[in-house]
Amino acid sequence: MAPKSNQTVVSSKLKKAPSGIKGFDEITDGGLPKDRPTIICGNTGSGKTIITMEFLVKGALMYNEPGVFMSFEETKEELAANMESLHFDLAGLIKQRKIYVEYLEIDKSQNIEAGRYDLEGLFVRLQNAITSIGAKRVVLDSLDALFYGLDNNAIRPEIRRLFKWLKGKKVTAIITSESDNGFSTKDGLEQYIADCVIALDNRTVNQTTTRRLKIVKMRGSSHGINEYPFSIDLNGISVLPLMSQLANQSLSTVRISSGVKDLDSMLDGKGFFEGSSILVSGSAGTGKTSLAISLINATCKKKIRGLYCAFEESSSQITRNMRSIGLDIDQYIKSGVLKMYSSRPTIQNLELHLIAIQKIIEEFEPKIIVLDPITNLISEGVNTEIRQMLAHFVDFLKGKNITILFTAAITLETVKSNPSDEGISAMVDTWILVRDIETNSERNRGIYILKSRGMNHSTQVREFVITDDGLALLPIYISADGILTGSAKLEHTLQKEEQHKLLQNEIKGRTSEIERKRKMMEENIALLKTKFESEVAILNEIKVESDLVAESLESDKLEVTDLRNKIRSSSEKSKNRNK
Amino acid sequence: MSELKRKLPDKFPRKPASAGGPEYILRLFVSGILQNSVRAVRNINLICEGYLKGSYKLEIIDIYQRPDLATSEQIIVVPVMIIKSPLPERRIIGDLSNVQKVLEVLNCL
Repeated sequence: MAPKSNQTVVSSKLKKAPSGIKGFDEITDGGLPKDRPTIICGNTGSGKTIITMEFLVKGALMYNEPGVFMSFEETKEELAANMESLHFDLAGLIKQRKIYVEYLEIDKSQNIEAGRYDLEGLFVRLQNAITSIGAKRVVLDSLDALFYGLDNNAIRPEIRRLFKWLKGKKVTAIITSESDNGFSTKDGLEQYIADCVIALDNRTVNQTTTRRLKIVKMRGSSHGINEYPFSIDLNGISVLPLMSQLANQSLSTVRISSGVKDLDSMLDGKGFFEGSSILVSGSAGTGKTSLAISLINATCKKKIRGLYCAFEESSSQITRNMRSIGLDIDQYIKSGVLKMYSSRPTIQNLELHLIAIQKIIEEFEPKIIVLDPITNLISEGVNTEIRQMLAHFVDFLKGKNITILFTAAITLETVKSNPSDEGISAMVDTWILVRDIETNSERNRGIYILKSRGMNHSTQVREFVITDDGLALLPIYISADGILTGSAKLEHTLQKEEQHKLLQNEIKGRTSEIERKRKMMEENIALLKTKFESEVAILNEIKVESDLVAESLESDKLEVTDLRNKIRSSSEKSKNRNK
Repeated sequence: MSELKRKLPDKFPRKPASAGGPEYILRLFVSGILQNSVRAVRNINLICEGYLKGSYKLEIIDIYQRPDLATSEQIIVVPVMIIKSPLPERRIIGDLSNVQKVLEVLNCL
């Protein structure tokens, strides 16, 4: 049995037929097993026919693989009409011989059983259909019609034969089947004879219906094991893959400006990393949306395509409001650089939002996305599930090197009261917190960067003001009373200025006083000097006088002596005369 | 012939051939030499010769030869015999080994 062992070798390296359905090929590791039959089971209205039809349409359009659709339930005309409402040009593809549709009618009431039979008619018609367009893909929708219309005991071995036959024909086949409850087929049998079973489900929780897809088994291939939400809209099916692609991320070192110069300077002077995730959180009215719009405005200016998802306001409301702070984003919407997606979170639940956004991403290819705010989405579902979904969504964006900014009404206080909020922290690279600072019955905004991976960010708290010309950050004022902002800061500054003025005046006063005193002192000195000098002069005069006196004294002495002599002589004379 | 006779009821009203063409128009779709089909061909021949002699027209079509007819006649299981006439159109699926049932449908009982 050489060929058989050979087959097992092949199966370990299973070839895949890509479906072209958004998200589906990611979770199936490339698509459906090539040249093998796959069962898709699901309850009524879970989208079996659409997913199989999209498999054929995409196969014909994208992978040049013609496909055959054998319908047991709808006629060719009904199918074409139904698919037209989904933007699938089935009639056109049929005309181009890329798709062949055949309606197989089994009317139980018409058939009278009289003996044993087989499904050879189906085989012949299948064969005929496959060869007529050289089909590589085959869909049988659905098997239940056979079970319903014919004797089950007769059919079972024939179904087994059908699967074998399909494998032999080298076509990638999908056989649909109704499922009873959950993820198993009604008859159970098919699960054993198919290599690949995919289950669709359609369930309603809190009055919102979500479609989910699960790969029950896929022999010889790795595949995602979760339940993946999917949606059906005008363009067909989109599956939201929850698979993490952390390993494949190629990181960018390109930086993008936040649109606020001062904020850039807090972020290493350069701004955010391209392809990073940014969370702007804070309580209501702290300017989260303004910050987000600032970033979008800055990137749009550089012709970088952006997507703004608004969950609180309509896009016209945002454009109007932002004009008041000098940010005109309307021009970018008109020029096609910016796309707005606004929707109330209550209309759809998170997965459908994410699918819708993912779709826009694939078509519009934005480089930056804003989700404003994400808390509204979170309120829509069970916390852990939502968080996981968000985390995967962020991973998906990172894989595409798309920068994402989301706003959230999370503060450090709510993180403390609701620790699961911190889970968000794990998936963001940069977390900017806008905080209310309330003093003197006035509210001001303080902004700081809680974390920013891979850069030397500022740890300062700055005051965040919204002006007519956009946003600005002011240095925070620290006084003896603590951090001051707003009017308190103004008041404080005024006070200081007053004080300064007073001191200046005092200095002025004291300086002139000193000047006056100096003059006085100098005058005094001069007075004293003159006094002193006059005294010196007096002394000198006295000295001269005394000299003169001394001189005269000397001369007097002589004179006296002379005189005495004279007198003596005269007296003697007189004596003599008297005598 | 003896084999068939054993299966058939003894009382058996033979329908005479009518003047204007065959009363029974039968179309048997088979697939080549598959067991069920071979049996069906043998059975229908016996039934026709035994009960409808002279008043039937039988067409045996191999769907492998005429896949177009398989499609247009909505053939899914084989063998299948379509009773085109008398109306209404009916289908008997299987190898026709349940002769009683076949005769019932053909209104020969």
